[in-house]
Amino acid sequence: MKAASIEFQNVRKLYGDVAAVNGVSFTIAPRTLVTLLGPSGCGKTTILRMIAGLELPTAGSIRIGDADVTRVSASERDVSMVFQSYALFPHMTVLDNVSYGLTVSGQPKAQAHEKAHGALKTVGLTGLDQRLPSELSGGQQQRVAVARALVLEPSVLLFDEPLSNLDARLRRQMREEIRDLQQRLGLTVVYVTHDQSEALAVSDRIIVMDKAVIAQEGAPRELYAQPKDAFVAGFMGEANRVPATLTRRDATLGDVALGPLTLTLPHRGLADGPIEVAIRPEAIELTAGGPSPLSGVVRKAAYLGATMEYTVETAIGPLFVIDGGVDRPLTVGTAVAVAFTPRGVIVIPPR
Amino acid sequence: MSDYRRAIAFWIAVGAGGFLLVPWYALQDSVFALGWLAHFTEKEAAPALLQAIRHDHPWLMPLGLFVAAGGALLAPLPRRFRSNALIALGGAGFVYCFAQGFAIGPRGWYFDTFAAAFPAFKGSQEGMGLGAMLVVTCFGMLFALGLAGRGYFKGDAFVAGSVVAVAVLVSVFTFFPVFKILISAVEDNNGAFSLAALPGRLFTQKVWGLGCVGGSTRCGVAWNTLILALLCAFCCTGLGLGFALIATRTDFKRKRLLRILTVLPIITPPFVIGLGLILIFGRSGVINQLLEWAFGLQPGRWIYGLQGVLLAQVFAFTPIAFLVLIGVVEGVSPGMEEAAQTLRADRWRVFADISLPLMRPGLANAFLISFIESIADFGNPILLGGNFGVLSTEIFFSVVGAQLDQGRAATLGILLLLFALAAFFAQRQVLGKKVYTSLAGKGDSGLPTQLPDNVRRLCYSIAVPWALLTLVIYAMAMVGGFVETWGRDYTFTLKHYAKAFSIEFSSHGIIWAGAAWNSFWTTIKLSAIAAPLTAALGILSAWLLTRQKFAGQGAFEFGTMLSFAIPGTVIGVSYILAFNVPPIEVTGTGIVLILCFIFRNMPVGVRAGMAAMTQIDKSLDEASITLGARGFTTLRRVILPLLKPAIVAALVYSFVRAVTTVSAVIFLVSAEYEMATTYIINRVINGDYGVAIAYCSVLIVLMLAAIWLIQKLVGERKLGRRAIGVPAVATLGRNAA
Repeated sequence: MKAASIEFQNVRKLYGDVAAVNGVSFTIAPRTLVTLLGPSGCGKTTILRMIAGLELPTAGSIRIGDADVTRVSASERDVSMVFQSYALFPHMTVLDNVSYGLTVSGQPKAQAHEKAHGALKTVGLTGLDQRLPSELSGGQQQRVAVARALVLEPSVLLFDEPLSNLDARLRRQMREEIRDLQQRLGLTVVYVTHDQSEALAVSDRIIVMDKAVIAQEGAPRELYAQPKDAFVAGFMGEANRVPATLTRRDATLGDVALGPLTLTLPHRGLADGPIEVAIRPEAIELTAGGPSPLSGVVRKAAYLGATMEYTVETAIGPLFVIDGGVDRPLTVGTAVAVAFTPRGVIVIPPR
Repeated sequence: MSDYRRAIAFWIAVGAGGFLLVPWYALQDSVFALGWLAHFTEKEAAPALLQAIRHDHPWLMPLGLFVAAGGALLAPLPRRFRSNALIALGGAGFVYCFAQGFAIGPRGWYFDTFAAAFPAFKGSQEGMGLGAMLVVTCFGMLFALGLAGRGYFKGDAFVAGSVVAVAVLVSVFTFFPVFKILISAVEDNNGAFSLAALPGRLFTQKVWGLGCVGGSTRCGVAWNTLILALLCAFCCTGLGLGFALIATRTDFKRKRLLRILTVLPIITPPFVIGLGLILIFGRSGVINQLLEWAFGLQPGRWIYGLQGVLLAQVFAFTPIAFLVLIGVVEGVSPGMEEAAQTLRADRWRVFADISLPLMRPGLANAFLISFIESIADFGNPILLGGNFGVLSTEIFFSVVGAQLDQGRAATLGILLLLFALAAFFAQRQVLGKKVYTSLAGKGDSGLPTQLPDNVRRLCYSIAVPWALLTLVIYAMAMVGGFVETWGRDYTFTLKHYAKAFSIEFSSHGIIWAGAAWNSFWTTIKLSAIAAPLTAALGILSAWLLTRQKFAGQGAFEFGTMLSFAIPGTVIGVSYILAFNVPPIEVTGTGIVLILCFIFRNMPVGVRAGMAAMTQIDKSLDEASITLGARGFTTLRRVILPLLKPAIVAALVYSFVRAVTTVSAVIFLVSAEYEMATTYIINRVINGDYGVAIAYCSVLIVLMLAAIWLIQKLVGERKLGRRAIGVPAVATLGRNAA
């Protein structure tokens, strides 16, 4: 397949006076899976639809591969899309659905059917050719939708929240299959989701969107470990945000005064003075009893099977804690010593 | 060559053909008869080029230059430049084409001001013909291609072309006639502008007189129309509610019979009920005969007048009110009524405090619909009105009667139009607030509460006799076709059918000897031509309205829906005014009837299409588009197969309406193109009830056959063994999130 790159330059999309996408630039390398992640209404789906050509930008330019496609209509672009609702044509059989794109572009029926069979085999769905979509399960419908998009051998494949209609177990299976397919066939894939764990699991890179602009772009590990601001920190997993004060020590490290504690952390270019830290819940260690610089009292405790979740009242505010020690749970009212694993405490700019 | 340039080339070719090859002006007989080939170069049949060079029509020449300039744009050019040039060229050509059509009439300059400002010249023009049509289409489509090239309509040339085409058609065949009728209200009968004529026509005793209040003389027709409409709307709503309550809130056993009653008026030619009433209550009707026989009373004409028209209208429109109200009554959530019951309300309190208030918007809607139907009705007032005139009949007599006062017809038409539009907008207001009945979601279960006993008895005591009377009227109307002379001689005969529909076999083949065959075939032919065009235009408009986004969409929707509110008599008058003179001169032909059918019935196609399309998820279109299909392919292969039920509805409705309509066509028929309904009304006027009734029953059979045929031809929508009907599409296509 001829995977292509995608390039957005200062793209804006206005609906009336409201900007759905407000000056967005990025480049997606060929043969990578890039996720657009963000809360609903952040503009991620609009970006996906602009790549597909279903919406045309108000300003800016879009390139796919070497061609400027800013004003090219959807049917002229070498892009396929898997819809959230699958959008299978209910009056056509599975085979007709998958071969639709080929027959529309003028390929003979026999050849189209042969290719469709191939695509259905690629997604692991054989023997259901003559079924109508209403006679398939949700997972099967999803596979048909993927096969229908794949069969055109597009240079870019788009997924719009493809797993949101599936149950939890099937969701993980399909997510692995999509990733597997992308790597096996070397596709350029753009994937929209609002589920951060889904994004972390499948992506080469993630673009986090907030309020019509890009909040941060990077590899999954980078976004989780080094969120640029409070929004990204909160959206990429849970985070306790606590006010603190920074004093720089050298070019990379600084002293962070956090209530009674002082931690030495990378200052990430922030200026001296008031800042915030984002503390990951799994980076907080609780020990029952004993004196410590930061002590607290367990206010809530919940057993989740694999982990325990606590809310602990401390001098720096209530902290949300995830703890792997399910065998020795702490009860509500227990006095605890609180300590932090430095890797899970991140300096971010104040609000 | 790209598809885009191929499309430009195609429309240039169409324009060139229209300019060079086919007759520019309309011909006496059909252009498709090809008789014009024989005298191609003569003045009547010459194409525009010859008209310009040899027949004193030099003003047609620039049109050819416009087309030629369009051809130059086929050269390789920057996309943006070509798009702009196409917009300019198409727009200018289009405007010029209509400008020359309107500025130059049969005798030189059309307007006196032009004649004073510009030199006089030799030459005149007739109504536009095939050539003009092709050239205008060419300009319109080049304009649309330019817009698509600029990125409007998401760059889809088919969508751009469709929007331009529908907009132009609606402008010419709905807005232009309405505009004409407004203009002619301020013209005197010689065509000169005279604002002074308006009040004289509008505020006369005959229109607004209140003589009937004192009982001395008659009231004006405007009051008559309003009184009749209010009474009719009141009765229809009450009866409709009664039937709806019986159908949903009682254990009445014959509910299917009620459903049949609702279908009847749809396929009933407009005179059946009126004729049935005459056969029962008329001078030689059953009741009068009985009274004369029993008590020696002199038979009277007491059915004619307000009471007769009202009776007929209530019979005719109650089923429509019922149809509206049954949806509303069913929409009242049983859950709310059950909640009221658990709060200790008895059946009467539940009905009075909960059910009835929840139905209020539906009642208002049914009232307004009956009101609109009543003021637009023409068949019943003309049959049973006697001396009781309403606006629609008054308009008719202004045009065809001894008065021949087109200005007066136009003025009364405007008045009627205002009444109708007011009710139309009021109805849309009411519909906009229909939140009441849709409060309950589908998870709502529970049994509808039974009616309180006193309400149930009231409903039964009115509705059941009424339903029986309706059946009697239909039965009478059917039997009436099989007796010698109603009121005098009740022997069985087929002579009325023979007179209208006899067939003779001779050595030359079949001879259609019956007097009605001519109008019968014309009706079938014109309706069969109009129905698919109406459905196509309606569904295309619905697709554009629900599936595309473009500037001016609100105005576009208003335009496609407007003709729904215009009473038929007003349409008839406005078509005469608009299309009796060049540039569009089609009165007296079958074309004007077809056009009238199409643009009058289009709103129903639009509504059916829009309702069906909102149930098909938009992502189906988008999926098709991202798979490489353009707008047209998507419409054909994805949307239309899913729309089959709506297509059937639109086809059936437009065919049936074309067959049964009388108000508009009565102005537009000619000796050559007579319709079944106008033939029937002439038989009625001559007192020839037997033939009229026989014809009506034949029409009912015809329409049933047509409905069956349409369903066979369009076929059924197949969505899977388990899923049948609309819900399958809804669940399949809709976002679960």
